[in-house]
Amino acid sequence: MAGLYVHIPFCRRKCHYCNFFSVVTTKYRDAFFDSLLEEIFIRKNYLEGIPVRTIYLGGGTPSFVSPAIIDRILSSIRNYYQLTSDIEITLEANPDDVTISLMQQYRALGINRLSIGVQSFFDDDLQYLNRLHSAERGYQSIAEAKEAGFENISLDLIYGIPTLTNEKWEQNLEKAFSLGIPHISAYSLTVEPKTALDFLIRKKAIPGPQEEQSIEHFQIMQEKMKMHDFLHYEISNFCLEGFYSKHNSMYWTGEHYLGLGPSAHSYDGVSRQWNVGSLVQYIDQIARNDRFYQREELTTIQKFNEYVMVSLRTIWGCDLEKIRREFGVEFSAGSRQSAVPFIESGDMIEKDDVLYLTDKGKLFADGIAASLFVLMSNA
Amino acid sequence: MILHLEDFVLFPYNSYICIVKYIRNFCIIAHIDHGKSTLADRLLEVTHTIAERDYGDQVLDDMDLERERGITIKSHAIQMDFPYQGQNYVLNLIDTPGHVDFSYEVSRAIAACEGALLVIDATQGIQAQTISNLYLAIDHNLTIIPVLNKIDMDNAMIEEVKDQIVDLLGCKHDEIIEASAKMGLGIDRILEDIVNKVPPPTGDPNAPLQGLIFDSVFNSYRGIIAYFRIMNGTIRKGDHVKFVNTGADYHADEIGILRLRPEPRDVIAAGDVGYIISGIKASKEVQVGDTFTHVDRPCDKAIEGFTDVKPMVFAGIYPIDADDYEILRDSLDKLRLNDASLSYEPESSAALGFGFRCGFLGLLHMEIVQERLDREFNMDVITTVPNVSYKVYTTKGEILEVHNPSGLPVITTIDHIEEPYILANIITRSEYVGSIMTLCIGKRGVLKNQVYLTTDRIEITVELPLGEIVFDFYDKLKSISKGYASFDYHISGHQQADLIKLDILLNGDSVDALSTLLHRDNAYEFGRKFCLKLKEYIPRQQYDVAIQAAIGAKIIARETVKAVRKDVTAKCYGGDITRKRKLLEKQKKGKKRMRQIGNVEVPQKAFLAVLKLD
Repeated sequence: MAGLYVHIPFCRRKCHYCNFFSVVTTKYRDAFFDSLLEEIFIRKNYLEGIPVRTIYLGGGTPSFVSPAIIDRILSSIRNYYQLTSDIEITLEANPDDVTISLMQQYRALGINRLSIGVQSFFDDDLQYLNRLHSAERGYQSIAEAKEAGFENISLDLIYGIPTLTNEKWEQNLEKAFSLGIPHISAYSLTVEPKTALDFLIRKKAIPGPQEEQSIEHFQIMQEKMKMHDFLHYEISNFCLEGFYSKHNSMYWTGEHYLGLGPSAHSYDGVSRQWNVGSLVQYIDQIARNDRFYQREELTTIQKFNEYVMVSLRTIWGCDLEKIRREFGVEFSAGSRQSAVPFIESGDMIEKDDVLYLTDKGKLFADGIAASLFVLMSNA
Repeated sequence: MILHLEDFVLFPYNSYICIVKYIRNFCIIAHIDHGKSTLADRLLEVTHTIAERDYGDQVLDDMDLERERGITIKSHAIQMDFPYQGQNYVLNLIDTPGHVDFSYEVSRAIAACEGALLVIDATQGIQAQTISNLYLAIDHNLTIIPVLNKIDMDNAMIEEVKDQIVDLLGCKHDEIIEASAKMGLGIDRILEDIVNKVPPPTGDPNAPLQGLIFDSVFNSYRGIIAYFRIMNGTIRKGDHVKFVNTGADYHADEIGILRLRPEPRDVIAAGDVGYIISGIKASKEVQVGDTFTHVDRPCDKAIEGFTDVKPMVFAGIYPIDADDYEILRDSLDKLRLNDASLSYEPESSAALGFGFRCGFLGLLHMEIVQERLDREFNMDVITTVPNVSYKVYTTKGEILEVHNPSGLPVITTIDHIEEPYILANIITRSEYVGSIMTLCIGKRGVLKNQVYLTTDRIEITVELPLGEIVFDFYDKLKSISKGYASFDYHISGHQQADLIKLDILLNGDSVDALSTLLHRDNAYEFGRKFCLKLKEYIPRQQYDVAIQAAIGAKIIARETVKAVRKDVTAKCYGGDITRKRKLLEKQKKGKKRMRQIGNVEVPQKAFLAVLKLD
């Protein structure tokens, strides 16, 4: 099974923390969609006939785009790619775009999952993040999406915001539970270099996130999620049983995926490639039939490191038997050995040949993954 | 070119050698960046010694490191033909290193010459390094040809710098050659003045052989290639020769002259410059400044001025990976083949295991050794806090040479300690004298002399403990004078000092590789700054790391590196995986370059944090 990601790089306004590729001008909108449709055609053989089980319309702000255009994109995909009958089609939406009628139109196009960027149910947090919508709108948008017939709804939350006290964070989680949605993505506020947030913090115009606070929020979240039967199936993702994001899970289980649009990444089991992160260049290079992506073939070691890195973050864990099968016995033996100190310190457990991070260990996922990495000799 | 047969003497084997009166041996004295290498290239080009396409950036600087740093570490020599007024002259340019660490090598190169080009940058004026080398040249009775370089620059101060040169040399204004090596201006006049003003070498080709070794290089196929100047006598290929100071004897397998590439000859006579290859394997067997002569008909005495160069700065060098000790030994052995001034002996450290205590000519030399180990031998090493050599007088009346703070005897058995002192010459603009004096006094310096060279240029002579220079003196001097201070020094003796040992503790364990000997008055401030700097360099780890500075059992400063409590990225989707993997791989690589001391991982650069104190 394979996944298909479509990057729609338009926003009404840039959120201060965001480092995804997007633009706030609509100047190239028409040209872009022509190029995107062209790319859908050009790359129709990339997945080598593997059936597409998920489509993810991300961005940017896909809900900023009219259903007519979404229709053209999805129709073109249906034309050139083989889709499974149980396909999951997700659309990222901002609360301010959500109306019952718009959501109904999306549903009619076959979109069956919404990911709504609520981030917080408090206005001061939203202001800190430079979000456009109000706390009230965030709350309503979920209700309206449900009213339009969506059941499979995911909600994005951000914790570790300096304005977000522990009490407010608990309330945010409670509100999310009360809305009866089955999936929550919750991200620790990260100051990415060269973002507005980075700039403002360095200028001391606003306070930066505090590690201690973020840790407390993480622990509060782990506890609350458990109380409401949400599975912590990836570091930043929680769901009720049966409501995993099928699309995102593909990234974490080594499935192939095709990314369309500027800055989108693809993986075919051998190499990873990424499209140019510029709208003008993307349009121009597709028009001139130039190469619009960079490609990197992955060595065995790199594939192994990636597997360790992503699998440890998930509920499915790092499977030593799979490592032995796919990478060789030296790799599985090495991993087992590198894991010992973390098992002893209670950051990891091993069960039936699979390594899992404990709740405590999840806070150190990067460092632990790096410890299990193999480095190329003489590199 | 027209050859005049009467200018040459016919020797057996059909080879010609140039007779003495047409030889000129000269060197170039210049401060770093004053254009020495560019000028040398221009001379080689004008005399057709090299074609323009032959050279990289600068021909005389061979090693990558030298090119990068823009300084000459090792001296070299090259011969040029210069037809002038119907005669063919042979000009031997002997290059000199341009850093204080290598002043002995400069002195030997100067001893091989009769003349020197004094190259002064018209935009910068005279610098301390230039003056000390100039005095060396004058001491050796060299004829000085002043060259004012970079006259094409907008900010050239032609008349002002000429006045400085006249003051310094007592020459006439019109004797100073205005030149721009970059533009090719003044090059012909330089060559003509070399022929007209520099005397030909004296020396008797029939006297017993007396050759001065002024440099040597290591070649992995040929062994040592030693560069020499014949003072008296004649050497032929195959001769049985011996070195006076080492006592070793060899056969001259190959001799020759130094063009762009070595050119073998059968015979080289008094006055000329050349090279000898004689199956010598290591540079320590050929000491710069040594004299060689015939075994059968030796000269009466060695050429004056030979000194066994003593290391000034000592530091431990340890492999990052303790298993690499033997490889480190091999690497140092090989490195020493072409760096005779490097000395080392095995030592062990409680913190770092087995390694070597190395002696260097100075801090730059130390950095070069560390970088060469990395580049040429792919050796990751830890260099410990550098120190000078101390004389420890015990209560029993013994005198111990101590090269390592942890080698200090028990405190109760020490009567007193003496440390080496230097006389430093600093030339700067008068506006910076105040802040430079403040710096020197902070380093326990005593002003000895102060001379105005011109109305706004001043030379100060300061006596300073060498140990204070070792740390960060030179960098500070440069920064407070905005680069307008030049610095040169020589050792002036030993003086008694109130020195104490400062230890650094990581999580309570003393780390011997971080110990320093320093003056009691500076200990508190130094300890505080050292801890702060270490805090900056030691990354956060699983546990809190306590960094403490202690004198004996007394803790005088403390910092804490807080434990990592969270190490996880929020997002890891399709577009994040490659970037994140690369980041973690890089972190892991960095970690491999750290040394585990107790439960603390200490990066390489933390051991030299002491050089970076603010």
